Amino acid sequence: MSPGTAKLRVQRGGPGDDPVFEDFEVPYRQGMSVLDALIWIRANKDASLAIRYSCTNANTCKECMVSVEGRTVYACTERLGTDRVSVGPLTNKRLLRDLVTDIVPPKEKLSALLDNGGD
Amino acid sequence: MTANVTTDVLVVGAGAAGMYAAIAASKGGADTVLVDKSLIGRGGATIMAQMTVAAAVAEQTPDHWTHHLRDTLASGRGLCNEDLAAILCEEAPIRIRELDAWKIGWAREDDHMKQVMAPGHGAERCVYVDFLNTGPAVAKTLRTRLGRADNLRRAGELTVTSVVVDAGRVVGAVGLNLETGGAVTIEAKAVILAAGGLTKLYRRNSASVNMGGDSYALALRAGAELIDMEFVQFFPIGHLAPRLVGMDPIMWDPFRYKLGGRLLNGDGQEFTHKYGHAETTDKYTAPRDVASFAILSEVAAGRGSPAGGAYLSFEHIPESDLRAAFGPVIDRLAANGIDLTKRGVEVAPIAHYHMGGVRVDGRMATAVAGLYAAGEAVGGANGANRLSGNALSEAFVFGERAGRFAAKDVAGRGSAWSEAAARPALDEIAASRHARDARPGPGLAAMLVELQELMWRDVGLLRTEAGLAGALARITKMRAEIGDHPDGSDHRFALSLQDWFDMRNSLLVAETIVLGAHIRTESRGAHQREDFARTDPAQEHNLVTRLADGELTVAPVPLVRKPFDLMHLEAAE
Repeated sequence: MSPGTAKLRVQRGGPGDDPVFEDFEVPYRQGMSVLDALIWIRANKDASLAIRYSCTNANTCKECMVSVEGRTVYACTERLGTDRVSVGPLTNKRLLRDLVTDIVPPKEKLSALLDNGGD
Repeated sequence: MTANVTTDVLVVGAGAAGMYAAIAASKGGADTVLVDKSLIGRGGATIMAQMTVAAAVAEQTPDHWTHHLRDTLASGRGLCNEDLAAILCEEAPIRIRELDAWKIGWAREDDHMKQVMAPGHGAERCVYVDFLNTGPAVAKTLRTRLGRADNLRRAGELTVTSVVVDAGRVVGAVGLNLETGGAVTIEAKAVILAAGGLTKLYRRNSASVNMGGDSYALALRAGAELIDMEFVQFFPIGHLAPRLVGMDPIMWDPFRYKLGGRLLNGDGQEFTHKYGHAETTDKYTAPRDVASFAILSEVAAGRGSPAGGAYLSFEHIPESDLRAAFGPVIDRLAANGIDLTKRGVEVAPIAHYHMGGVRVDGRMATAVAGLYAAGEAVGGANGANRLSGNALSEAFVFGERAGRFAAKDVAGRGSAWSEAAARPALDEIAASRHARDARPGPGLAAMLVELQELMWRDVGLLRTEAGLAGALARITKMRAEIGDHPDGSDHRFALSLQDWFDMRNSLLVAETIVLGAHIRTESRGAHQREDFARTDPAQEHNLVTRLADGELTVAPVPLVRKPFDLMHLEAAE
C-alpha cells in the first residue's frame, strides 16, 4: 500500500436527466483499478451509485465497460493513478443510470419472457 | 404493474449448472425459463474457472469412475453423501464427452483429451481448455446451446427474491427487475436453484458479485433443508501480492498442475512437510485443507511473506518451459509487473467454494415438492473438503440431472399458481419507494464489508467458541438492523434495492455457517476449530439446517453410505 488519494469525477443521473458530475476522493492503493475505486465509493460514500460488474477481478464477465477520459475500457483492468480521471457511461448505448448502460442482448432480457409486457 | 411470466420449469442462476439444467429441462419437453441476477452466461463462478474438470474419461491413462469416487471420498474426510458422489463420478465422463461433441475445445495431445494430475487424484484425470480458458469456454459453449434449445427463454438482471410455495408445493417465484425496480411473478411448476455458492461472505474471496448465498437462503425460506454448512473451502494459494488486475486470484493452480512450483515461507524454506504433507519441487500434491492450514500456521508463527502469506516460486523453472506451459498468460503477468523467472509471488488462502448446500436426493429434488437444486448450490457430494476439479463436474452432472428430473416432474401437471401465496414477496418489493434523489449513504454496501471482515476473522479458516459466539451475536443484530423490507431507492437500475435482498440472504446464510461451525466441536477437512483440534470419530455425521417460524435449527443426521467395488484397471498392471 502507498499513501495518496485517487480522484474520480463520476457522471451521475438517468436518461433524460441533466448529467451531474460528482467528485470522489478514494484512498489510493498500489495497482488499484477504476472498479476497485467504484466499489469503495459504494461501500464508503454512496451506495446509490449504479455500476455493473460480476467477476470483479478476472476480466472474464466483460460487464464493467465504462468510459474513462472518453476511452471505452473495462473498469476492472483500468489502473488508477493519483491524477483525477473522469468516469462516465458508454455513450453509444442506452443509458440506464449513472455508469450503467443497456448492453444486454434483446433475447436475454426480461422482455423476452413476458406474457403481458409488464413494466 | 407487475410483469408476469409463465413456464413449466424455472431455473435460477445461469452458470454451468443452471445452463445445463435449462438445456436438459428443455430437452425433456418442459417449457423452460432461465434467469440470472447478472447477464446470462456471464455471472457466477463458471466463467471465472481457469482450471480443470475432473472426470475419469481414461483417455490418457487407465482410469475408472470408481477410482475417481475413491479419491472424492478420501478428500471428503468421511462425510460425503456417497450416493451423490457416485453419481458425480459416474456421470462426469458422459458430460465431458457431450461438451466435447458440442465443440468446447478440451486441450488435446496426440489423439486424446489431455488430462493432468491434480492434488488428491490417483490418476491423470483432469481435462481443461488452454490457456486458463476452461470457464469461459464452458460458458460460451452452453450459452450457444441455450440459443438452439426449444421452448427455452432466458433473461439476465432478474433477481429472484422468493420461491413461492403453496400447499407444500412450489408454484413459482417472485423476482425483481433490476432495470426498473419492478416486481416480476414467474408461475412455474418446478424451480431449480442453481445460483451458486456463498464465498462472497468472506473478505478474501474468489467470488463473483452475486455469490452471497442466494441459493441457500431461497431454499431455506421455501422450507427446504441445508446440509454441511460449516464446510467452506479455502483455496490455499489465492494470489496475494503484488496486486494483479484482469486475472482471477486462483490462477496459480494450473501453473502448479503443469510445472509443480515451490511453496516457501517468508524465510525461503519449504514447509508443507511440517504439517504432514511433503511436496517435491516438481509435483503439486498437498490437499487444499492441509495446504491452507500450513500457510496460516507459518504466518501465525511469524514466518509469513511480507503481505501475510507464503511465496510461490517458479524461479527454478526455465523461461522456455514457463512460456510453453502458459503462452500468452506470461505476457499478461508481465503487464502486471510479474516476472516468474526473477521472483516468486505471494499467495494466501482465499474463500473459494462451499461444500455445504441444499440437501437433495439423486434426482436433485429437495424436501419441498417441485424444488430442485444443482451445482455448487447442492451440498453433500464433496463432504468436508472438495477434491480439486470436482466443481465443474458437479455443475454439469447435477445440472443435467436437475433439468431432466424437473421436466419429468412437471409433465402433465397443471399450474397451481397462487397470487395469495406470492403476496408477501410482492409486498416486500412494493414497500421500496421509488425516489430519484434517494441517497442511502454507504448503507448496505458498508454492512457487507463488515460482514465479510467478521466472517473472515471469526468464521473462517480457524474457529473458536468465543469467535463464533461473537459472530452470531453481531449477525443477529445486523438482521434486526436491516428490518423487514427495503428502504426507498432509485429504481432505475435498482442496485440499492437489490442490495437489501442480497443482504437478507447473506445474513441468514452466514448464520447457518456459524451455527454449524459451533455445533461441530472437532476439526475435520475445511472446518478447523482451535479449541477442538482433533477429528472426533463420534461426529462422523452430517449437520442439517432448517428454518421454521424465523428460527434456524441444526441437527445431526446419519451419513448416506453406498458401498462400491473399485474397478480393476487391467492396463495399469
